[in-house]
Amino acid sequence: MAINNDRPIPTQSVGAQFHDNARMSMRDVNIFYGDKQAIFDVSLDIGQNEVMAMIGPSGCGKSTFLRSLNRMNDTIEGCRVVGDIAMDGQDLYDSKLDVVELRARVGMVFQKPNPFPKSIYDNVAYGPKIHGLAESRVDLDEIVESSLRKASLWNEVKDRLHQPGTGLSGGQQQRLCIARAIAVNPEVILMDEPCSALDPIATAKIEELIEELSENFTIAIVTHSMQQAARVSHRTAYFHLGRLIEVNPTEQVFTMPEHELTEGYITGRFG
Amino acid sequence: MTEPTSQAARPTPTDHSATIKASLKRRYRAETRFRWYGRIAIAFGLAAVLVLFVDIISKGHGAFKTTHIAVPVEYDLAQLGVRDLNDNQQLALADWDALFKSGLRELLPDVSGRSARRELYRMVSNGAGYDLKDRLQANPRLANQREQVWLSADDDIDTYFKGLLDGDPYTARVTEQQIEWIDELRSAGQIRTQWNRNFWTRGDSREPEQAGIWGAVMGSLFTLAITFALSFPIGVSAAIYLEEFAPRNRFTDFIEININNLAAVPSIIFGLLGLAIFINFFGVPRSIPILGGLVLTLMTLPTIIITSRAAIKAVPPSIREAALGMGASKHQVVLHHVLPLAMPGMLTGAIIGMAQALGETAPLLMIGMVAFIVDIPQAFTDPATVLPVQIFLWADSPERAFVEKTSAAIMVLLGFLIIMNTTAVWIRKRLERRW
Amino acid sequence: MQASTLLFIVIALAVFGYFSGYGRSLKVAKPLGSIRHLHSLPSYYGIQTAIWCALPALALLAIWQLFADTLIHSYLMAGLGELITDQADYNLTLNRIINVASGALPATGQSDYVVAAAAQLNSIAAIQKWALTILVLTLCSAGGLWSWRRIAADFRARAAVENVLQKFLLACASLAILTTLGIVMSVLFESIQFFQTVPVSEFVFGTSWSPQTAIRVDQIGSSGSFGAVPLFTGTLLISAIAMVVAVPVGLMSAIYLAEYASPKFRRSAKPLLEILAGVPTVVYGFFAALTVAPLIRDLGASFGLNVAAESALAAGSVMGIMIIPFISSLADDVITAVPQSMRDGSLAMGATKSETIRNVVIPAALPGIVGGILLAASRAIGETMIVVMAAGMAANLTANPLEAVTTVTVQIVTLLTGDQEFDSAKTLAAFALGLMLFIVTLGLNFLALRIVKKYREQYD
Repeated sequence: MAINNDRPIPTQSVGAQFHDNARMSMRDVNIFYGDKQAIFDVSLDIGQNEVMAMIGPSGCGKSTFLRSLNRMNDTIEGCRVVGDIAMDGQDLYDSKLDVVELRARVGMVFQKPNPFPKSIYDNVAYGPKIHGLAESRVDLDEIVESSLRKASLWNEVKDRLHQPGTGLSGGQQQRLCIARAIAVNPEVILMDEPCSALDPIATAKIEELIEELSENFTIAIVTHSMQQAARVSHRTAYFHLGRLIEVNPTEQVFTMPEHELTEGYITGRFG
Repeated sequence: MTEPTSQAARPTPTDHSATIKASLKRRYRAETRFRWYGRIAIAFGLAAVLVLFVDIISKGHGAFKTTHIAVPVEYDLAQLGVRDLNDNQQLALADWDALFKSGLRELLPDVSGRSARRELYRMVSNGAGYDLKDRLQANPRLANQREQVWLSADDDIDTYFKGLLDGDPYTARVTEQQIEWIDELRSAGQIRTQWNRNFWTRGDSREPEQAGIWGAVMGSLFTLAITFALSFPIGVSAAIYLEEFAPRNRFTDFIEININNLAAVPSIIFGLLGLAIFINFFGVPRSIPILGGLVLTLMTLPTIIITSRAAIKAVPPSIREAALGMGASKHQVVLHHVLPLAMPGMLTGAIIGMAQALGETAPLLMIGMVAFIVDIPQAFTDPATVLPVQIFLWADSPERAFVEKTSAAIMVLLGFLIIMNTTAVWIRKRLERRW
Repeated sequence: MQASTLLFIVIALAVFGYFSGYGRSLKVAKPLGSIRHLHSLPSYYGIQTAIWCALPALALLAIWQLFADTLIHSYLMAGLGELITDQADYNLTLNRIINVASGALPATGQSDYVVAAAAQLNSIAAIQKWALTILVLTLCSAGGLWSWRRIAADFRARAAVENVLQKFLLACASLAILTTLGIVMSVLFESIQFFQTVPVSEFVFGTSWSPQTAIRVDQIGSSGSFGAVPLFTGTLLISAIAMVVAVPVGLMSAIYLAEYASPKFRRSAKPLLEILAGVPTVVYGFFAALTVAPLIRDLGASFGLNVAAESALAAGSVMGIMIIPFISSLADDVITAVPQSMRDGSLAMGATKSETIRNVVIPAALPGIVGGILLAASRAIGETMIVVMAAGMAANLTANPLEAVTTVTVQIVTLLTGDQEFDSAKTLAAFALGLMLFIVTLGLNFLALRIVKKYREQYD
């Protein structure tokens, strides 16, 4: 492949990195695992009520980047973030910032559905309970119902709310995890390849759901599947070897990519 | 952020933030508290280890030294009534105590009166006469000679004197007079503590200063030898069968259930088994190492089988397939390839099993290994006791000096266990392959 | 000939058999060209011969050793017939005969029939020794010769040897079943004898335990001195104290080590805690009796409390310390088995670490933890040395941890140590207690192992 030789990986990203109505903004973000650097100088905005897709070859650092947005990488030994990541102007890595509060505002859905070994009801009620968001039992019931409705799961589970969440099918479990995340009414939802463990039908349901959710939430989604990015997102960011290569409206990325690396990836020449 | 209009009843996100913020202080306090529970729990466990060891060592270190008194002795054969040093009957009848008694009188000539003298004689161990006899027998040239002998003191004197050296004497078991004499002897340099040979070379005794652990150590050695000789081959064979040959059927399942349950059966039950089956049914004599070894074998077998199976499991199937592919029979594969590769893991398991067996007391109480045995066992069929049982026996003895002995015996036992466990760790580190 | 000498000769003959089998197989192979024409390697022919030489002879030797004495003794005693009626008398007379025969007791002063029986015993013993020697040696050489003659080029020696080996392996594995059977039989038979004199209901529900008073056999039933309830409550009290100490400490240290501690701290703290599991119980007993019990008593006295010298609290708390590593290592295993994705899910919701542990990790690990606690409880109930050394002898029916109580295991030890007439109700009671202990611990273990196994399957 000639691309790498002709044009070295750029230090500057191309495209529309910035957004007028930014919900989260990252400036010159570098992420390290011990001595190894995983992310190089990424600057990016995620706009209000926007669905931002992050694509790129395996190991390009997109999941690492996503996890840094609600500081889930704190749980990884030796992981260090340099640069500014801010939400509504507040620095996420400020020592005064509270991760608990942050994570309540920035929810996350994982690659593999990970319902707690509790009932469906308790799974959804978990967040409101620990944060003390429900004043009463009635309140809690209401939150659970509306979250399940928003995750389009209510009709399937309303008769068995008190059965274990682990008994649901894979797609249902993932929607349960989404319901769990939105039960605390976060502002941003991060999704780390939410459909990679699901079958096509379940995937279609989740994608549909993402579209509905984008009315109320800002969503950042990491995905392996370019089709999925094309279907659900407003803007797409392409990552390559830890660098952000290109960010542009999704339609543009998939029809006339600005950068050769992006083009190479979406046309299937590598990845 | 646009609020969903249909959810008017729900608080807005900013409200959430406030609620969450308000709860944070309480939640972080709970977090800190929880962390401290964990720290306290670990500190408690570690403190228990520390206190246990410090307690044992502080109680027992004294036993490695013992008080001796320098007594002038004249081996006057005529007075002893011995003409021939090779005549055991004459030796047995002689009044050996007279030797040190006259020596003591010489040492403290002011002592007069029968009761005072009796008190004086009580200062040295009442085994001292036999010690002198052994000394003369070992070295016949001493006959009719004079020498100064360091005789071991009585246990009460020993306790008092060692306490005196530490600045905290225990006076309840010594008389005023004895204290005076000890001061006198001390200023004359005729009393001192020295390395306690008896403790390492003798068997049990009712007299603390005469009692040693060698008998128990030998008993433990004989018992463990039997245990190892039986349990290792049987355990390894059983593990090989279960891992390599056993068909998946109910019988095999039943064997496995039995092994797992036996691993958790209280040890005292194995003692009952030994008593009812080995002693009463098969007529095996009580108190002998063979019997102890049999009982401990049954007890340690589950441990050895379980660890050996784990070691066999760790050998990758590719090696078996390679050997089978060469046309080796299943037995040859196991004997030539699997067994040597699994051996370090099996040995580690066996050593851990032996360490368990070495520390085991309860089942041995049931089969008569709790008897008071003075002689040092010489064979697998001699009545014997083992280290932990010796500890139990001494702990039960009323004499204060036995507290020290017990703790010292515990130190010896723990020493053996530490050696065994470090060996096991060493074997695992050095010899075990990682696949 | 002595049994040990005989054993030695048999082994020597087996070695000889190995080499002659080996040699014969080479001889058989010679006219055919090379040993490639044999079915198996020569060493297999050798082993085959050695096995046939030694195995039958050794089997006979073992069976003879096990049963000969019993048979001869019962034959002797049958000869005495109606002279002996009582069971106790039977054992006494038999011992006397054996001692007279071996010369340990002087024959003078013994009854005529004892002396006569002793003489008979000596003559039988001499005959049986010779018979055994001849039989064993014959069997040994016959077996060896037979298999030696079978050696031929197409004889499948390897299959035959492997067949024997396979059976040996199976026998070793089956020993576990035999052991369980042995345990069941030994406690069951004696217990049945015991329950013929003391009704089960009285044993299980009676509240007064004083085996010392039950000397006269005809009074046991009515005196009610074999009521084991105080022992059960005592065992429960001490085990409960142990669990109260061990469960929180073990569980919290496992949680801290698994979730909070740095890898470095974990590497050093874990083996240090596990030292507690390697310390022999007799050491804990000594520690409890000489250090902890006086400490608790003095402490109680300073608060104006009257604490018994052998309080249940002392024995129980030391037993708790002993059990800490069992609980912590079992809990550690199950906690680390909870998938990281569960923790991530909870942390990503904004839960704090302790909230995650309490609400997600512990519930997920609960079956495994419960299994571990049950195993630990069974261990506490069956623990012997600590209570023998630090708990009391008197059977008090109390729930006060400051008083002295006794336990099932303590009573088993006190009833069975020392010289007792074996068939008295007193010794039989120990076996009945053993039966109870076995049933309870077996039940707990079985339950615990099932729970743990189910839990493992869930996350595998």
